[in-house]
Amino acid sequence: MKKDVLITEVALRDGSHAVSHQFTINQVETIVEHLDKANVPYIEVAHGDGLGGSSLQYGRSKVDEMKLIEAAVAKSHNSKIATLLLPGIGTKKHLQQARELGVHMARVATHVTEADVSAQHINLAKEMDMETVGFLMMAHMVPTTKLVEQAKLMESYGADIVYVVDSAGALLPHQVKERIKALKEELGVEIGFHGHNNLSVAMGNTIEAIHAGASRIDGSIRCLGAGAGNTQTEVLIGVLEKLGISTGVDMYKIMDVAEYQVAPLLPKPQEITKDSLAMGYAGVYSSFLLHARRAAEKYNVDTRDILVKLGELKAVGGQEDMIVDIAQEMAKNENPMHI
Amino acid sequence: MSQQLKVAIIGSGNIGTDLMFKIMESDKLDLTGVIGIDHASEGLRIARDNKILTYSQGIKEFIEKNKKNMPDVVFDATSAKAHIANAEQLKPFSTKILDLTPAKLGPAVVPPVNLDRLTDEKDLNLITCGGQATIPVVHAVNRIQSVAYAEIVATISSKSAGPGTRENIDEFTQTTSWGIENIGGANTGKAIIILNPAEPPILMRDTVYCELDDAEANEMEITESIHNVVKEVQQYVPGYKLRAEPIFDGNTVTMFMEVEGAGHYLPSYSGNLDIMTAASVRVAEQMAELSPAADSPAN
Repeated sequence: MKKDVLITEVALRDGSHAVSHQFTINQVETIVEHLDKANVPYIEVAHGDGLGGSSLQYGRSKVDEMKLIEAAVAKSHNSKIATLLLPGIGTKKHLQQARELGVHMARVATHVTEADVSAQHINLAKEMDMETVGFLMMAHMVPTTKLVEQAKLMESYGADIVYVVDSAGALLPHQVKERIKALKEELGVEIGFHGHNNLSVAMGNTIEAIHAGASRIDGSIRCLGAGAGNTQTEVLIGVLEKLGISTGVDMYKIMDVAEYQVAPLLPKPQEITKDSLAMGYAGVYSSFLLHARRAAEKYNVDTRDILVKLGELKAVGGQEDMIVDIAQEMAKNENPMHI
Repeated sequence: MSQQLKVAIIGSGNIGTDLMFKIMESDKLDLTGVIGIDHASEGLRIARDNKILTYSQGIKEFIEKNKKNMPDVVFDATSAKAHIANAEQLKPFSTKILDLTPAKLGPAVVPPVNLDRLTDEKDLNLITCGGQATIPVVHAVNRIQSVAYAEIVATISSKSAGPGTRENIDEFTQTTSWGIENIGGANTGKAIIILNPAEPPILMRDTVYCELDDAEANEMEITESIHNVVKEVQQYVPGYKLRAEPIFDGNTVTMFMEVEGAGHYLPSYSGNLDIMTAASVRVAEQMAELSPAADSPAN
């Protein structure tokens, strides 16, 4: 069957943030098994911050991600397993290990202005015969011309697909359309889109992306992703079916996975809280959410103030350490007598 | 008065040029030459303007002209590959080499931690900027209470990350982790590097997490030890500081560091490059202080 759009399910990577990296082998096995039956083409598995992300900075994985990957590979027959690597956090060694375990797709992520740090990892992925994605994060932070320049670099390193990644859920539909359209015009490779629902426009953004030519789309089932989650996969399948865009994913089956396998493991339903709204509004990396809440509680400051400050300081993905730094400084300035 | 050590710089790029300014300010070091490969480069031009002898045909030309009177120390600010060749050329001479490239031919040095034990080595490497900024405080904690795990996150401005760092970013994380363990003393080390493109460029920030073996942290002694080591680093990097008092949480100590460069040649936001050049000059000065010539009657 011809597929117009290829879906990557990111709940077992992006959703790692929402469960503070506590996925178990059993959870991964069950979810992969059912996604596989629903015919989801790609399933991403890793720590939320990619391979090697287990750390004090981002939170430790309950189970070594390589064990989770191994479990996912064992349970997938139709689906291909993907993983994420952020140069500076993960290394080529991690990628080699993942490849040996049977990972099919490497997604190499950099901040939208720093594509050149991905050359060695993209090269390696291609050498190991992996389907390779260049993943340009925080795409809202630069004008389209800069995005095109950086995407071309990733294409030149050998990426088969380049993604526009709205890590902060800050882009609006017309901005997504402009970006995807420009990349389609300027690049020869396939273009993808990864959204976050912090401003409740992930679905609209995704539809604009597809209409502008994106053929690879990320979703998280039941919105199990960082911040308010991503484009909700099962809803997307229904919407695309109505639009006459084929994905090959079985709609009833993916609805059932969402309802019976994923919903029960959510710490609480994914919704757009005032904090995730503030992230989308201020343009802050979605995985900062739970870290900012914890710091706000510890230092008795408002989570939103921390998030807005991070936006002002132009923090990029991975700078979770700034959260406590900002929170303790705010507390000092607000309650100088108590310090 | 102690005798000055004769030194030379290989490499006339940003690092080499910043080194030139730092060495010219030192009363313990006498800069006898700058070696480059491009006569028209800005670094060699600045050296000529400052009446320093320059060599634009690399290390071979320098050795040919100076083999009877080689410098005591050479700073290598080229690349890992060039360093291996330079070290080979310098083998027949007693000249010591301070290696600012990632080649790692000799032992690694972090001045407040292990410099005293290494001044006799032929070739010393300066690890990485993240290592120079964080290993001293890991050591400061570890000398009070054993550190089971140390993790560092170095955030540098995109502008200060050169092509060498970018092409081989794994080198940074792997070498720095190695240094945290082998010089800092942590049982296990992990390093993360983040590039931030904000304008104006941010100062280098380093966050250091140390997990202690024991649940009970001796907060007073650890805090004092950290402050002491910060003061030692400040002697050669005045812009090195703790942004806040160390944070204790159970058996974890968190430190927020910031490194502002001296702004000699490199802009002050390049604290990551400055801490490398400053540390290497500090090493050479220590060698000068310990130099036998300092006590000889000729002085």
